Amino acid sequence: MTSEWPLWEIFIRSQHGLAHKHAGSLHAPDAEMAVKNARDVYTRRNEGVSIWVVKSSDIVASCPGDREALFDPASSKVYRHPTFFPMPDEVKHI
Amino acid sequence: MYAQMVETGVDAVRTAADMGGDERAFQARIDADIRIEPKDWMPEAYRKTLIRQMSQHAHSEIVGMLPEGNWITRAPTLKRKAILMAKVQDEGGHGLYLYSAAETLGVSRDAMTADLLSGKAKYSSIFNYPTLTWADIGAIGWLVDGAAIMNQIPLCRCSFGPYARAMVRICKEESFHQRQGYDIMLSLARGTPGQKAMAQDALDRWWWPSLMMFGPSDAESVHSAQSAAWKIKLLSNDELRQRYVDQTVPQADHLGITMPDPDLAWNADRGHYDFGAIDWAEFHAVVRGNGPCNRDRLATRVKAWEDGGWVRDAAMAHADRRAARAAAAAA
Repeated sequence: MTSEWPLWEIFIRSQHGLAHKHAGSLHAPDAEMAVKNARDVYTRRNEGVSIWVVKSSDIVASCPGDREALFDPASSKVYRHPTFFPMPDEVKHI
Repeated sequence: MYAQMVETGVDAVRTAADMGGDERAFQARIDADIRIEPKDWMPEAYRKTLIRQMSQHAHSEIVGMLPEGNWITRAPTLKRKAILMAKVQDEGGHGLYLYSAAETLGVSRDAMTADLLSGKAKYSSIFNYPTLTWADIGAIGWLVDGAAIMNQIPLCRCSFGPYARAMVRICKEESFHQRQGYDIMLSLARGTPGQKAMAQDALDRWWWPSLMMFGPSDAESVHSAQSAAWKIKLLSNDELRQRYVDQTVPQADHLGITMPDPDLAWNADRGHYDFGAIDWAEFHAVVRGNGPCNRDRLATRVKAWEDGGWVRDAAMAHADRRAARAAAAAA
């Protein structure tokens, strides 16, 4: 038995104007077949207008153990949200 | 239920006292309904149980293509044939979603396939029954996919992220499967006396096996209790089975066909249907490999894997050669 086909991550853009979104993964021998297989596996019901395929082994992810160090600092900076600043009722268009 | 009697590898439900710090934090996240993702810390037993459950679920989708595939060439009209092909293709797709979700736990696709083909891994008992008439295709969509939906909707909320996400996608598609089955049953029930008798015969043969899909009563099962604590089983087998009976009996009434169960009766006090005793000896015989079609199903999968070997090899060789050529041209 030969080695397993490589794993690809599949990203689908559901409509023009929206971003590609991760849909799942699949095995294929090369990128061309990955696109063809993704069309059969992930867009049987008009879910997409565009497909990206990326080799899973090429994806670099943040580490779950770094979650606090990476993301907690943002939670103390509530002033980054517009709702932090109360505006007088009579001031419009702001 | 496509995953039946999944072992958890524990002999008692883990309590806080059994757990180290990592496991307590893990259980606290589950209790707080926070999804576990593949790279998060998880107990080895949770990982292995999920691999067993998800691969069994995936195998069921793949083997489940066989009983229905049996009727593609003999569907009564072109429309029914096109619909059945789309349905069977969906089942293949569901298998693929689930296999790739399981692979995030570090098991390879080939290892899961090998376990199916060697008989080590199980698939749902229901697919070891034969499809003798066209009405069986209606009964499978209506009853078997109906039972699968009953099981799969709660799993959309299960604790493991990739499994839950696969289930959301699958549930959206299953509803078509159940309706196309009921639509076949409706046509037969409204047809000639002979066609109606076919519908009744299919119900007679599929009703009890579909109730067995939910697995044995799990009141006593330590595996079920542990899986419930891990939130990879959200409702008990008996609860799901009762909901299924309550939902399905009126659908049979509408078709004008009768459940093959003399003990079936509405119980106003409980607000549920009472139903007769399930033949668990039959269920265990089927799970052990002695159902009507076990050998045939497995032999078909083994043949497909072996016959497809040269295609897999050729596709990989082609990809390798093209990659080597591209590398040489770039150098």
